[in-house]
Amino acid sequence: MESPLDTETAKKMTWFDRIAHPGQFLMWSRYVLLPLAVGSALLFVLGLWFAFFNSPPDYQMGDTVRIMYIHVPNAWLSQFVYALMAVSAIGTLVWRHPMADVSMKAAAPLGAAFTAMALFTGALWGRPTWGTFWEWDGRMTSTLILLLMYLGLIALWRAFDDQLRAAKIVAVLTLVGAINIPVIKFSVDWWNTLHQPASVFRADGPTMPPEILTPLLVMSLAFTFLFGVLHIVRMRTEIFRRRVKSLERKRALEGAKTS
Amino acid sequence: MSAFLALIRRDLRLTLRAPGEVLTLILFFVMIGVTVPFAIGPDKVLLARLAPGIVWIAALLSALLALDRLFRPDQEDGSLRALRHADISLEAVALAKLIAYWLTTAVPLMLATPLLAVMMNMDMALLGRSLVSLLVGTPGLAAFGTFGAALTVSLRHGGLIAPVLILPLSIPILIFGASAAAGGALASAGNAALLLLAGLSLAVTALSPFAIALALRLSED
Amino acid sequence: MSKSAPLPVRHLAVTDLTCLRGGTTIFANLGFSAEPGTVTLLRGPNGAGKTSLLLCLAGILRPEAGTIAWSGRDAEERPSTDMHLVGHQPALKGGLTAAENLQFWAEINSGDPNLIEGALDNAGLSHAAHLETRLLSAGQTRRLALARLLVARRPVWLLDEPTAALDSQGDKWVASLIEEQIGAGGLVIAATHLDLALKKSRSVRTLKLGPGK
Repeated sequence: MESPLDTETAKKMTWFDRIAHPGQFLMWSRYVLLPLAVGSALLFVLGLWFAFFNSPPDYQMGDTVRIMYIHVPNAWLSQFVYALMAVSAIGTLVWRHPMADVSMKAAAPLGAAFTAMALFTGALWGRPTWGTFWEWDGRMTSTLILLLMYLGLIALWRAFDDQLRAAKIVAVLTLVGAINIPVIKFSVDWWNTLHQPASVFRADGPTMPPEILTPLLVMSLAFTFLFGVLHIVRMRTEIFRRRVKSLERKRALEGAKTS
Repeated sequence: MSAFLALIRRDLRLTLRAPGEVLTLILFFVMIGVTVPFAIGPDKVLLARLAPGIVWIAALLSALLALDRLFRPDQEDGSLRALRHADISLEAVALAKLIAYWLTTAVPLMLATPLLAVMMNMDMALLGRSLVSLLVGTPGLAAFGTFGAALTVSLRHGGLIAPVLILPLSIPILIFGASAAAGGALASAGNAALLLLAGLSLAVTALSPFAIALALRLSED
Repeated sequence: MSKSAPLPVRHLAVTDLTCLRGGTTIFANLGFSAEPGTVTLLRGPNGAGKTSLLLCLAGILRPEAGTIAWSGRDAEERPSTDMHLVGHQPALKGGLTAAENLQFWAEINSGDPNLIEGALDNAGLSHAAHLETRLLSAGQTRRLALARLLVARRPVWLLDEPTAALDSQGDKWVASLIEEQIGAGGLVIAATHLDLALKKSRSVRTLKLGPGK
C-alpha cells in the first residue's frame, strides 16, 4: 500500500482514482457525510409520517401492519448490502481495488444489523398476526440463514491478525456465499412447501396500492441513506485504524533498529 | 494421474496408521444416537420418525469435527507449501484431499449408520434410503468442509471457526439429504429430493477445487 | 548417482522486485539475474528478506511490483514444476518411513522412484529407510528433507538455510549437492548466513540483501 500521507500519487486523477486512493476517499467523503445524514433524517421524518398518518391500516391485521414499513426496507437492505459486499469482494480479488476490502469489511456488521432488524420486526409483526414469534416460513428462514452467513464473515474477519490477508480470504467466502444464496433460497422454499402445505400470508402481496407503496419506498430510501452514512463513517474509521497500526509498526521497527 | 493417486494414497496410509481420529469420529457419531433418546424420551414411534434427520445431523456434525486434520498437519510441516510445486495443479491437490477426506470420514460414518439406526428404532426398510442419501450427499458436504478448512488454514485456531462458516452453506444438502432419507408420507418427495441432492452434491464437488485452491493460495500470499 | 539426461536449461532475470509483508516493505527495486550452472548465495541479516525473496521466486508470494522472468522453459509447463523449494519446514510426514516419504515426493513430483535408494544412501540415511520419520533426529530430518531434491531432478533449487541443524560434515554434504547440481547445469539460489563450503569460483555469486541497498 502506498504511504498513507503520500499525495504525490494524486498527479493524474480520474474519478476512479479519486475513490481508489484511501487518502483521496477521506478527503471527499467528509463533504458527503453531512448531506447524506440530513437527507436520511428528512426521509425518515417523511416516511414515518406517511407510515403512521397517511397510510391505511390493513383490513386483516389492523395497525400492526405498519411495522411492515420498517420490516420490508430492512429485509431489502439485508440483501442489498450482501450484494454490495459481493461486488466489493470481486473488487478485492479481481481488480485489486485498494478501497474494496475496506468497503467489504465496513459493510458486514451493517448488513448483519439490518438482517437482525428484519428478523426482529418480522417476529414482532408475527406475534399479533399469527400468534407466534417465529414461523418457519421460507422468507424468514432464508433471512435467518443470511444472518448466520453475515456473522460467519464477521467472525472470520476477527480471527485474522493480518487484515490485508483476511480481506482476500473473506472475499472468497463472500463470493461463495453469494453463489449459494439462490440455492439456499430454493432449498428452503422447497423444504417449506414440503412440510407446510398451507401458504403463509405475505406482506407484499399481489396488489400494492400506492398508499402503501409510497411510504414503503420513502422508508426504503431513508434506510438506504442511513446505510450510506454509516458505511462511509465505518470506512473512514477503518482507514484511520489502519494508519494508526502502520505508524505503530514503523515506531516498533525504528525502536528495534536503534536499540 | 499417478501423482494424484499418490496423494490420496498417502493420506489414506497416514489415517490407517493412526486410526485414533477416525475411531473418535465414529464414536462421536454413535454417541449422538445414544444421547438423543435421553434428551427426547424413548418413545419409539417418535424416534423412528426423527431417525433419518438425526442420522443426517449426526453425519454433518461429525464431519465438521474432523475438518482440522485436512490441511493443518500439511500446513505445519511444510507439505502444503511443497505441494505447490507438485506435478499436479493445486486444484487437483484440493480434489485429492477432498476425496481422501471423504473416504476417511463419510465411509466410516456410513458403516456406523446401522448402529445409529438401531438405536433410533429406524424402520430397516428406511436404512437403505438413509445410506443412499448419505452416499450421494456426503461428497458435497466434504467439498464444503474442505473449503472451510482451506479458508482457515492460516489461522491458529481455524478448526473452531471453520464449522461455523460452512454450516449455512451446507443447509441445502441437509434439507435434500434428510428428505431423501425420510419415509412415510414424505417418501414420494424423497425421490425428487434424491435427484436434487445428487445434482447439488455433484456440482459442489466439481466446482469446489477451484475455490479451495484459491483459498489455499491466498492463505500464503 | 547416475545422471541420465542433462537438466533443462533455465535462466532467471529479476527486475525491480518489490515485496511487502504485512504492510511493510521488505525489499524494493531488487534486480539480479542468474545463469544455469551457478549458485547465488543470498546474504543479509534477519528480516532482510531472504526468505521472502525465495518465496517470491517460488511463486508462493506475490510481489508488489516488478517481474520475475524464467526463460528457457516451454510455454506449456508450469514454472513451478521446474523448481524445488526446501525451506525451514521439512515437508515430511512423521507417520511415514523415510523411504515412504521419498516415494511420495518422487511420485507427486514426477520423479524417479529408482533414485530413492541412491538418495537415501547419499544422505547417509540408508539404515533409516524403514524407520518412521518421527524417530529421526533434527539433523537426519534435515538430510531427508534435502534428499527430496534427489528423487526428482529439476533445474532450479531454492534453498532456505539448507545447513540448519547440520554439523560440519553435513555442511560439506550440502555443498557437494549444490556443486553437483550446478555442474549438471542447474541453477541454485540459497539463502544462508553461514559460509557454505563451496569452492570459490565464477559459479558462485553473492547477493546481499538488507538496508541501504
